[in-house]
Amino acid sequence: MAEPAAKRRLEELSAEAEAALGAARSSAELEELRVRYLGRRSELTATLRSIRELPAPERGPVGQAANSVRVRLEELIAERGAALEATELDRRLEQDRLDVTLPGDPPLPAGHLHLVTQIRRELEDVFVGLGFEVLEGPEVEYEYYNFTALNHPPSHPARLPGDTFYLSDDVLLRTHTSPMQIRAMESRPPPIYVVVPGRVYRPDTPDATHVPMFHQLEGLAIDEGVTLADLKGTLREFARAMFGPGQEVRLRPGYFPFTEPSVEVDVSCFACHGTGAVGSERCPTCKGEAWIEILGAGMVDPNVLGYVAESGYDPERVQGFAFGMGIERIAMLRYGVPDLRMLWENDVRLLEQFGA
Amino acid sequence: MRVPFAWLRSLCDPGLGAAEVGELLTMAGVKVERLHRIGVGDPAAFVVGRVVEAERHPNADRLSVCTVDDGSGEPRTIVCGAPNVAAGQTVAVALPGAVMPDGTELGEAKLRGVRSSGMILAEDELAIGEDHSGILVLDNGAAPGEPLAAALPIADEVIELEITPNRPDVMGVYGVAREVHAVTGAALAEDPAATDAPASGSDHASDHASVEIVDPDICPRFTARVFEDVRIGPSPPWLKQRLTAAGQRPISNVVDITNYVMLLLGQPLHAFDLDRVRGRSIVVRRAREGESMVTLDGTERAFSPEVALVCDAEGPSGIAGIMGGAVSEVSAETTRVLMESATWVGPNIMRSSRALGLRTEASARFEKGLHPDLALAAQRLAAKLMVELCGARLVAGTIDAHPRPASPRTVAVRPERIGSVLGEAVGEDEVREVLQRLGFETAGDEDVGSGRVEVSVPPFRDGDVQREADLIEEVARIHGLDRLPASLPARRSAVGRLTPAQRLRRRLEDALRDRGLSEIVAYSFTCAQALQRLRLDESEALRIRNPLSEDGALLRPLLLPGLLDAARRNAAHGRAGLALFESAHVYATGSEPAASSSPRGGRPADERHHLAGLLTEAAPATWRAEARPADLYAARSVVEALLEVAGVPWRADRAAPGAHPFLHPGRAATVVAADGRQLGWLGELHPLVARDWEVPAVAVFEFDAGALSELAPDADERGYRDLTSFPAVTQDLAVVVAEDTSAAEVERAVRAGGGELLRSVRPFDLYRGDQLGPGRKSLALRLEFRAPDRTLTESEVAGRRADIEAALDEIGGGLRG
Ligand SMILES: [Zn+2]
Repeated sequence: MAEPAAKRRLEELSAEAEAALGAARSSAELEELRVRYLGRRSELTATLRSIRELPAPERGPVGQAANSVRVRLEELIAERGAALEATELDRRLEQDRLDVTLPGDPPLPAGHLHLVTQIRRELEDVFVGLGFEVLEGPEVEYEYYNFTALNHPPSHPARLPGDTFYLSDDVLLRTHTSPMQIRAMESRPPPIYVVVPGRVYRPDTPDATHVPMFHQLEGLAIDEGVTLADLKGTLREFARAMFGPGQEVRLRPGYFPFTEPSVEVDVSCFACHGTGAVGSERCPTCKGEAWIEILGAGMVDPNVLGYVAESGYDPERVQGFAFGMGIERIAMLRYGVPDLRMLWENDVRLLEQFGA
Repeated sequence: MRVPFAWLRSLCDPGLGAAEVGELLTMAGVKVERLHRIGVGDPAAFVVGRVVEAERHPNADRLSVCTVDDGSGEPRTIVCGAPNVAAGQTVAVALPGAVMPDGTELGEAKLRGVRSSGMILAEDELAIGEDHSGILVLDNGAAPGEPLAAALPIADEVIELEITPNRPDVMGVYGVAREVHAVTGAALAEDPAATDAPASGSDHASDHASVEIVDPDICPRFTARVFEDVRIGPSPPWLKQRLTAAGQRPISNVVDITNYVMLLLGQPLHAFDLDRVRGRSIVVRRAREGESMVTLDGTERAFSPEVALVCDAEGPSGIAGIMGGAVSEVSAETTRVLMESATWVGPNIMRSSRALGLRTEASARFEKGLHPDLALAAQRLAAKLMVELCGARLVAGTIDAHPRPASPRTVAVRPERIGSVLGEAVGEDEVREVLQRLGFETAGDEDVGSGRVEVSVPPFRDGDVQREADLIEEVARIHGLDRLPASLPARRSAVGRLTPAQRLRRRLEDALRDRGLSEIVAYSFTCAQALQRLRLDESEALRIRNPLSEDGALLRPLLLPGLLDAARRNAAHGRAGLALFESAHVYATGSEPAASSSPRGGRPADERHHLAGLLTEAAPATWRAEARPADLYAARSVVEALLEVAGVPWRADRAAPGAHPFLHPGRAATVVAADGRQLGWLGELHPLVARDWEVPAVAVFEFDAGALSELAPDADERGYRDLTSFPAVTQDLAVVVAEDTSAAEVERAVRAGGGELLRSVRPFDLYRGDQLGPGRKSLALRLEFRAPDRTLTESEVAGRRADIEAALDEIGGGLRG
């Protein structure tokens, strides 16, 4: 049996509508097509309404076909409508322009940590990584902790008012972070691994390399069998972390009242990679010496441990090393700051130079 | 300490250059400061010559035209201006092209019409001495044509050393030679003081003079020798050159001998003209109040009673260990010399030298502490030179005031211990070898293998080496610290981490930075004027006894002055929009008593870590809005953020009158913790303070970071809590209250009425208007109600309204509309 004419007509209608929808150029055009093909007066609606009038055997197939055409066209319209809307929105948004080259508003300016804080934190993190705790202590200090228990004899010149700020006969501004060695050991038995950052004071008239206030970082490690070789290894790790891989350290004999043996520690010059020369010129950073003196250190003097014997520091059982470095010196070396005084002028233009 | 290299090499010559020897010394702990070249350029341009003829210059009375035999066979014509030039002299000749010590190059020249090819030299032209009165006449048998360098020390290097306070022994060239010997093993010359000069005559030194030590606590030893028939004159060139190279001016043979012995052995001497020592007696004592004297440099100096003096029968004749006096100075007429070689107390010399502002070669040595044995060693060497160079007769005997002689020190060292300190084993043989080279004596073979080495300490190291640890250092520095391996400590049970307080402080600093504030570091010092400008009582601040200036005489009790200084300076640069903070200690008087023994952890001052900030703008100018100057709320928003970071509940109370006198009295708040503890303050700077400080209007805040970390909850306390999934109900209220009722009072009342379901109260508008009536304001609040276990109904929330109204009624307020 040939297909009913009604069903053929539905297929023609479907094809025609699909082509028209595909060619629709705007949402308005699409709406017109929707009314034409699916509206109350559309041929499809008429067909659906007139199914009852068909011969009984045709009603089913024609009805099904008409319905599926309707569903299909509705889907097509929704699909095409979404695409047209997105395109039209983009076209509108394209016109809604801002000048992206104007600054943000409200502006969020970057603040900066002081260079000394940046270096201090970096040092703290390096030594925390090496197993050291960070301790802090008072800046107004007893002469006992600053000198006496650090094995400075009563006549030691550092005690003179020309080298130390005094508040009273036995109270002073600490001249180094070393008094915390004694305070730390008094407060707990060995083993002890600590670093102590902080401000220190000396009555130096300010010039390019002297200021009456500066910052140090002290280190102290006391345990069974801690050796000078351990000091060297620890400081080599520090040098590599702060100045770059491949750095070497060199120990030279030195003199401090509270360490024995005392050493001066040099790091290989990072500016000339330990060659002493930049191109054909003498390296300005190390003055051609290939090494830069960076800190003082040594094995803690048995006399110092004697002052904290009650806390369990028996020089025959435990020993260890101490070191002290100037934080500004590291800042000056690393960033080429030419004059210490600039660090305390707090000129915002300088503060801004150092990121972080 | 300047060490002429040729002199050093004459005592110990390892066959290395000055730079290499310097490097070895540095690595052994005697640090080379600089290396100098002194004297002439290429010595090949300097020869010995003989003056064959010396005729007066035809055109100049003061010049001579000399014919000089320079060994080449060709006579050389040199025009010479020296008055003492004469035929037959053996002289020092510079040939054309020679480079002189000052760097100038000698050319051929025509002098008043006569061609001169070369120069006959005076000693100053060779940098040997300072004499320019005539040419140098050589009398040591040098032959014409010989290199001048073979006859005279015309070119040298000088190693300048930095000496640590514990090493007076290397303040002498022989001590430095001993170090070179210890490091290299090269032979060391015999001790220059090993032998004495022969005395002659039947008299004794004590027949000529007497010595009395009145204050033995300032003078452990005073020795004196007497010389007669002394012929004062210039020293020979070799001696002058050594002194000049070492930085000392040659003066006369006797004075030069005292300096030479000091430079060689490290023990300073002083020569008196015995005939000018009044009463022929020496008295060593402390200065008397008001006493003064003219020193050798021609300066009149007054003394404090701490200064040690060497006096004669009538008064001071020298400052002990620092500088002699003019009264008994050796002069050209001197024929009898009293030679002083004494030992002084280091700290006393150091204090006197500082107090007098007079630091000399002698004081630099005495202040490090010299051993009394050195005094006699120096006498022996000086006597030999006095006899040899001044033709003097040494009178027998030494006057020796030595009240408390000490016996030699012995110390034991365990080689195994050296290894355990260094982290690298050092054999017992090496230990003995190193110590012997350094001048220590080690006991005989009987204790070899006992694990201990008994060591006798030589006098010149007695001050520094008294314990096993000191001997370990000696071995270590010669063994070579740079050779040590690098290892890491075992770190048993040690964990590195920041404390919670340190971590919190970092977070607070970071929060400030992230809000656009830049960190400053200001001096901890302040001054009375600065505190007065802040209307604070400066008498409560800690005072430094010896400040560099009055500007820095106080320790700051708050961080604000540093921020204001920084603001003023930056504003002076034309910088607008400042946002600064500082994180540092502040200081207040503590209650700790004086402490001579251990204070057992006590602290002498009340020191706290503060965070403070300063803002000139709440919001900067932009292309679509004006800048908003900073006000109280700008400071408050920063503080809110910080306390949120810390997790510390807090409130801002209106500041009590006078509590923060530097703040605008109507725009000042005290930051208070939940327990009532004051954490800090915030507000706007008082306009008059801003004017006095020459800063723009600013909002400021400061609080105690230490207190904050004490109140901050531990991470453990911040345990997990279920997030409620039930929705909140919000309700807006407009509360009308009297103008001087604070938002905090309103909030307290609303919370009291709202009950525990009321989770948050947030002001979102403040309105004043005619319809409210005079002296009234309306505060709009958004309330959020929430229950942990159920969804609240509108009616449940509405039920709280009556209670809230009742609570508001108690503070004179009500709901609007
Ligand atoms: Zn370099």
